[in-house]
Amino acid sequence: MHPAPSVIVFTTFSGLGFGLLFWLGIDGSAPTGWIAFVFFAIAYVMAVGGLIASTFHLGHPERAIKAFSQWRSSWLSREGVAAVFTLLIMALYGAGLVFLGAQWSLLGWLGALGALATVFTTSMIYTQLKTVPRWNHWTTPALFLTLSLGGGALLSGRVAIALLLLLVAAAVQIAAWYFGDTRLKESGSSLATATGLGNIGAVRAFEPPHTGTNYLLKEFVHVVGRKHATQLRLITMLLAFAVPIAILLLGVNHVTAVLAVLSHIAGVLCLRWLFFAQAEHVVGLYYGKR
Amino acid sequence: MTTLPTSTDKKLGLVIDLDTCVGCHACVVSCKGWNTENYGAPLSDQNAYSGAASGTFLNRVHSYEVQPADKPAQLIHFPKSCLHCEDAPCVTVCPTGASYKRTEDGIVLVNEKDCIGCGLCAWACPYGARELDAEEKVMKKCTLCVDRIYNNNLPEEDRQPACVRTCPAGARHFGDLGDPDSAVSQLVAERGGMDLMPEQGTKPVNKYLPPRPKDAAPEFDVLAPYLEPVATDGKGFVGWLDKALSALPGGAK
Repeated sequence: MHPAPSVIVFTTFSGLGFGLLFWLGIDGSAPTGWIAFVFFAIAYVMAVGGLIASTFHLGHPERAIKAFSQWRSSWLSREGVAAVFTLLIMALYGAGLVFLGAQWSLLGWLGALGALATVFTTSMIYTQLKTVPRWNHWTTPALFLTLSLGGGALLSGRVAIALLLLLVAAAVQIAAWYFGDTRLKESGSSLATATGLGNIGAVRAFEPPHTGTNYLLKEFVHVVGRKHATQLRLITMLLAFAVPIAILLLGVNHVTAVLAVLSHIAGVLCLRWLFFAQAEHVVGLYYGKR
Repeated sequence: MTTLPTSTDKKLGLVIDLDTCVGCHACVVSCKGWNTENYGAPLSDQNAYSGAASGTFLNRVHSYEVQPADKPAQLIHFPKSCLHCEDAPCVTVCPTGASYKRTEDGIVLVNEKDCIGCGLCAWACPYGARELDAEEKVMKKCTLCVDRIYNNNLPEEDRQPACVRTCPAGARHFGDLGDPDSAVSQLVAERGGMDLMPEQGTKPVNKYLPPRPKDAAPEFDVLAPYLEPVATDGKGFVGWLDKALSALPGGAK
């Protein structure tokens, strides 16, 4: 799949933002006043910034309001509804903490649930696609949720929980790569089933339908960069998990905490790039590109 | 809503004969010609006169080589457009309700005024039947020439999809695949029409007729079975040469 920068930025930052909102929502002794303002500002910049970035890849962003209508059938629509619901609830909850010093716990828990629902619905946009066997697997929602919660815990300064969740997320990512690498083969789709000609003999793409490229090849048959996949996976593991975990274990102060967060963000950006760039869409079979 | 209808009154679709298609791409051209100036946004081209041309097409013809184990290779031309699936995954993923499947005839369409161009429907389609137009930024797909097949202003013989009307080989057929007595259903039954990527569970309405089995070249010489192509019992000089060559490093035994 084409790794569009807008979608990589969106999934990375809104995941972190909603993760932070989750921990702020269930915090029994949440910060108040200016400290609360800073935490909520970071969470909202990430969550809303990510959502705005996601509209950059739309052909007609001016019609985006229509995307809230089909929540009965569409995960993308559900994601929009969950995100707006969460942001509204958490804005009320945050306003209470920042301006009144009052903690409306019920709203916090409701918003936390909404944050989880938002991240889950985001992951289901990818998981639902049978056409991308690598994503069509339980590891996709598991990875999105653990990364969001782990990153949120890191941002909110929960050392022990962040340590645990980052370790779990790293394990889930390794599992996703392990299972993902054979998913296309296991899906049963091949050039033989795509053309229905497999019972005659071995099928080979002889001539493409056009001399140039097209939307399908640009969007679904991304091949650039797969060459360095192993190195990028190592860099991902190092930046997203190993460095932050080492910093958390060695003890955090304000400077190293920022370093841990920046390293984690860089790692997750790399991870998400691989998430798209390595995903094989079955339409590539028709072009003999799998 | 972008939920799918539980059933449709008709299942209009195409039957494509892979035995007959000659790969002339006339259906591609007529499709682009009709659909760029009729239903919905035009089908744009980018850099049409440069070396890096690309454009939106609703129908494309691939060509595949199939190599049977013990027969000569076959070249099969393979037109591909929207299959108007019964369980169309492209419809249910649409967040705006722009994509829908019609209850009356099963045609899958895009309401371009509602399309935000997110591309998710194209992601959900295993067949590459949907293309986001680079100029209009809305999703384009085969409409089964919905503006021809019901168009009373056209002569009756033209009330079929442009690709079917134009095919010089008669490789494309249009009709109601939900009616077992229709000509297209009969054709599918007779020729063993098949689904593309059945494992994706999309239940395509369009069917493909597999190439007919090729004739084997008949043996024309009654003595041929007695003529072994390789002599295994060489004698004299030939026998010595055979042994000598076999004794060389890498020689055939």
